[in-house]
Amino acid sequence: MALEVVTGNHAAGHALSVAGEANRTGRGTACGIYPITPQTEIVERVAAFPFSKGKVVAVESEHSAMAVTIGASVSGARAFTASSSNGLAYMVENIMVAGFYRLPIVMVSVNRTLGPPWNIWADQGDTLMLRDFPWVQLYASDNQEVHDLTLLAFRLAEDPRILLPVMVCMDAFIVSHTQGETDLAEQEQADRFLTDLDLPHRLDNANPRALGSMVWPDATVSHRVEIQEAMDLVPQVLDECRAAFEGIFGRDPGGMLDSYRTEDAETVLITSATIATTARRVVDRRRADGEKVGLVKMRMFRPFPEAALREACGPAKRVGVLDRDYAAGMGGIWWQDTRAAFHGHKDDVLLQDYLVGVGGGDVTPAVVDRILDDLAAREHAGPPHWTDLKAEKEVAV
Amino acid sequence: MSTVLKARGGPALETLDLSCSTDGLLRAGNTNCGGCGMSIGLTMVGRALEEVGETCQLAIPACCGIVAAGAFPTSAYVAPTVATTFASAAAVASGMAAIRDVNGESGQVICWAGDGGTYDIGLATLSAAAERNENIVYICYDNEIYGNTGGQRSSATPPGARTTTTPTGKQEAKKDIVGIMAAHGIPYAATLSVAHPEDFRRKMVTAFRTPGMKFLLIHSPCPTGWKSEPSDSVQLVRVAVQSGLFPLYEVFYGERYRINVEPDWTDPEAYFSRQRRFRKDQIDVETTKRVCREKFQRLKVLAEAFPA
Repeated sequence: MALEVVTGNHAAGHALSVAGEANRTGRGTACGIYPITPQTEIVERVAAFPFSKGKVVAVESEHSAMAVTIGASVSGARAFTASSSNGLAYMVENIMVAGFYRLPIVMVSVNRTLGPPWNIWADQGDTLMLRDFPWVQLYASDNQEVHDLTLLAFRLAEDPRILLPVMVCMDAFIVSHTQGETDLAEQEQADRFLTDLDLPHRLDNANPRALGSMVWPDATVSHRVEIQEAMDLVPQVLDECRAAFEGIFGRDPGGMLDSYRTEDAETVLITSATIATTARRVVDRRRADGEKVGLVKMRMFRPFPEAALREACGPAKRVGVLDRDYAAGMGGIWWQDTRAAFHGHKDDVLLQDYLVGVGGGDVTPAVVDRILDDLAAREHAGPPHWTDLKAEKEVAV
Repeated sequence: MSTVLKARGGPALETLDLSCSTDGLLRAGNTNCGGCGMSIGLTMVGRALEEVGETCQLAIPACCGIVAAGAFPTSAYVAPTVATTFASAAAVASGMAAIRDVNGESGQVICWAGDGGTYDIGLATLSAAAERNENIVYICYDNEIYGNTGGQRSSATPPGARTTTTPTGKQEAKKDIVGIMAAHGIPYAATLSVAHPEDFRRKMVTAFRTPGMKFLLIHSPCPTGWKSEPSDSVQLVRVAVQSGLFPLYEVFYGERYRINVEPDWTDPEAYFSRQRRFRKDQIDVETTKRVCREKFQRLKVLAEAFPA
C-alpha cells in the first residue's frame, strides 16, 4: 500500500501503467498516446513508465492512438489509452471499432466540454455521446475511484464472458488536476488482481482468420445479440470483480451505483461524478433538518442499470436528475435513460431534469439546494431545466 | 461466437471446417475482378515471403483488398488479417508490430492498402508511422482510383483520367507519393510493377530483409476503373514503365537512389488509347512525353549523384 497525494490524472496513469506491466508474463502491453488537455498528464505518466514488456507509441492523432491500441489488442496484448473531449470526437471511428471487435481495451476519459466555443472545463457530453457503442462506461467521483475503477476495468473488460472495452471517466480539473490522498496499487497487487490476458480471437498465424471482413445481415444480428448478451452479464461480472478487488486491496471500488439514504426518501436526486459528492453533503444537511431526501450516485452509465436504478430510488415520488451534459434537441442524457427506465414502472413519479454545471460551471451546495427547492415546489415535471441560467437571472435581478 | 451463423440456421463456427489451401497468400476463389493487379501483386508478395521463409500478418484498410478477403467466416487470405478503418492501416500495423517485437516473434506485418487509403485519407497516419520508423512493410497497390466505391478520383489519379467525380477528365497532376515517403528518410521506398516480376520479387525480398519502415508502390491495373480489357492489364503497366510514365526505382534512407529499368521511351499513346478512362481530347501526348522525360531526368541526376 502506498498512500500518496496525487492528482486524478496521476492516479489514472499509475493504474494504467501497473495494469499494463502486470501482463509482462503474458503478451505484454502497448498503447498509442496523444496529448489533449486535461488528460495529458495521464499519457505522460504512461510514457515515463519503465515497462519490462511493452511499448508506448506516441502518435500523430487520437484516431491513430486508438488504432495503435487496437493493433496491440488484436495481437493479444493488454492495451489502453486516454483522451478527452474533441480528442474523443476525433477518435470516434476507432472507438467504435474497438467495441465491435470485442477488444478489452481500457480508456480513461477526462470529461471536458466539447467545442466550439472552446472550453476546457468539466462536462460529460464528450463520453456520453459515445453511448451507443459497445463500451462499458464507468464514472468516478474522486482520485481513489479513478484509480480503483481503472484497475477494475481491466479485469471486467478481459473477463471471457464480457470482452468489451471499458471507459473510466472523471471530471476535468475537479478530479483530473486536483490532488488528493490516494492509495496507489503496488505492482505485486496489480499482478495478483489481473491474470495474463488470453484474447480468444487474437491474430494467430497457426489459425489465420480475417477479423472484420464482410458479413451478411444475419451474422450482423448475431454479432449485436452477442454484444447485448455480454452487456447483460456486466452487472454480475462487475460485482465479482469488485469482490476480488476488495480481497486484494481491502476496499470496495464501488459498484454500478450507490443508493444513499433512499430507503424512506420522498425526494431523490440522481447524479454522477463530483456532483454526487456535493449532493451527498446537501442530503446529509437536509436530513438533519428532517427532510426525507436521498441520493443515487451513478457509477455505471453503460450498460444502463435500469432495474437497479428503479430499486435504488426507493419509495420517492419526486426524483431529480442532475445532468452535467446537454443533448441538443432533447436535454440531459442521464435523464433520458432514467425516463426510459421509469416508464411503465414508476409512472407516478415526478421526474425532472436539471441541466447543471454544463460547460464546467461550479455546482455548489447552494445550487443543489435550489434544485431540491424547485423539485419540492413542482406540481408537474417540466422540460429540462437550465439551472445555471436561472441562477444568472437571479443574480441579474 | 456461439450464436454466429445460428440465425442462418447454420452450425456454430467452432464446428465448421474452414481449412483449405495454405499455399501463397491469396487463395483461389477470391472475388477480385479479372485482370486485377492486386491479385498478381498478392501472389508475388506470397512468393517473396516463401523465399525469405517468413509468415505475415495483414492490416488492410477500406479498399478492394479487404473486399477480396470475402465474406465471413471464410477468408481469401492465408495470413491472419485485420480490417482497419480507412485512415488507420499504418497505425494498427504499428500496434501489431510492437507486440510482435516485445514478444521476440518473427514474421512481417504488412499493410496492404489502395491509393485512396495511402495518398489521401491515410497519409497523416502513414507519415507518422514513417517518422517513427515502424518496422512494417507498407504496400500501396495504386490503381489510381477509388475502385471499391465505383471509380472516383484520388490524388493518385493521373491528369486527363475520367472518373465519376471528374467526368470531363482530372485536371490535376498525380501526387508524388514515393517522393513524399522518401523525404521521411525511411530505410526503403520503391516502385514496383506487376509487369516486372523479377524486379518485383527482388524488391519484396529487400523490403522483408530491411529493418524499419518500408514503403512499396505497385502500379496496379484496374480493368473496371480503367475501362480496359482484363487481358491487357500486364501489357498496359509494362508500357507505363517503358514509356517513362511509371519509372521503376528504389530510394534508400531518402538519400541513395537506384533506377531499375531504363525506359525505352515507347510511345505512351497505346497506354492511353487502350483505356477508355482517357479521352483523346484530354490527353496531350507530346506534353506527357516531355513531362515524363523531365521527371526521369531528375531521377537520373539523383541516381548518378547519390547512387545506392
